[in-house]
Amino acid sequence: MQLEQALPELLIKIADDELIIGHRNSEWTGLGPVMEEDIAFSSMAQDKIGHAWALYRILQEHFNGSDPDQFAFMRAAAAFKCCHLAEMPIGSYDFSLMRHFLFDHAETVRYQSFSQSSFTPLQQLAAKIKGELKYHTLHADAWILQLCTAGAESKARMQQALDNCFQLAGGIFEPGEAETLLIAEKVYPGEAALYQQWLNNISPVIEKAGLTLPAMTAPVYGGRKGQHTEHLQQLLNEMGEVFRLDPEATW
Amino acid sequence: MQTITTLQAVYNALDHVMDPEIPVLSVLELGMITDVKVDLDGVHVKMIPTFSACPAIDVIKENITNAVERELQMPAFVTVDKEVNWNSNRLTDTAKEKLRNYGIAPPGKHEGEVNLDMLIKVSCPHCGSENTYLRSPFGSALCRALHFCKECGMMFEQFKPLS
Repeated sequence: MQLEQALPELLIKIADDELIIGHRNSEWTGLGPVMEEDIAFSSMAQDKIGHAWALYRILQEHFNGSDPDQFAFMRAAAAFKCCHLAEMPIGSYDFSLMRHFLFDHAETVRYQSFSQSSFTPLQQLAAKIKGELKYHTLHADAWILQLCTAGAESKARMQQALDNCFQLAGGIFEPGEAETLLIAEKVYPGEAALYQQWLNNISPVIEKAGLTLPAMTAPVYGGRKGQHTEHLQQLLNEMGEVFRLDPEATW
Repeated sequence: MQTITTLQAVYNALDHVMDPEIPVLSVLELGMITDVKVDLDGVHVKMIPTFSACPAIDVIKENITNAVERELQMPAFVTVDKEVNWNSNRLTDTAKEKLRNYGIAPPGKHEGEVNLDMLIKVSCPHCGSENTYLRSPFGSALCRALHFCKECGMMFEQFKPLS
């Protein structure tokens, strides 16, 4: 595989993760358990979708890609490369919060590595995004710690949420076909290295919260190859419903 | 001499373009302008958003184009500068003072990295007290966080520090 194919593969999976989890986050708008959380999940949704747009824009400008809106809303589910963690329904707040914690720490590690990337457009974007992500992990860490010290039921639910999310979170780091090339070209250090760094970063918070980190026995792979749960198609139907009424419309 | 006068006129025009979400600050005071050039084609302005997903970016670009074209009677071309990233140290001291008067706590100056203290230790823009706490790192716009003042009992927003 050439770098001309390897780079888009990397960009698409990261952008799709952000677009899909961004839309999931936005489902909390109006439903958050307290007003601050409603605002927080809505703001994070806005950030994620904005980051996805910026990555799709790199695809358009550097790899002859299509218009970001078309690319986001007109693809079939099998063309999406998001991990299963991102596409799962919001569930209850404990699930969404734990997903946000695990996902945003992974994003932080990823963008920190991208900020050293040999691929300049990605490096420039990452330098900007990694500063913004601090607010996402700060938010996640604060609520994980708060809910884990808020009583037995709360703690038990957070542990259950961690158990439910952990193998799914392993799927964020599903190795890609072109990884050896991307590592050799210093685009980024590869999924295995990111996974290790992620574990190093989440472990102190998990420990401080008194939670037990499960073993990563069966990471949920497939998303990066276009294999998805039924939830993705349902989300895509809803997400693109208005767009598909008139794909050429200007907004 | 002609060029100097024109450049000054462009900056004057830019100082009339207010941020749509913080209408007391101009795009210049916010540190959003990275380059201005005038050539035979017209005026070329490079700008940067405060947060990368800022939804106001297109409106701001359009407002800059309109203001420059109106005040200089020259075509204006506004582009987003990808080589420079906005960070909160770009806010001028005047901008910080105006923010405070507007009821938004300005971000402190950072040394390249934003530490937790800068987010948590924020004095209330209403009464000046430091007896405040961070209620949520997200507020009514991507660039703002929510705080509460225990002294005067008021909620207030802070313009987030960003590295």
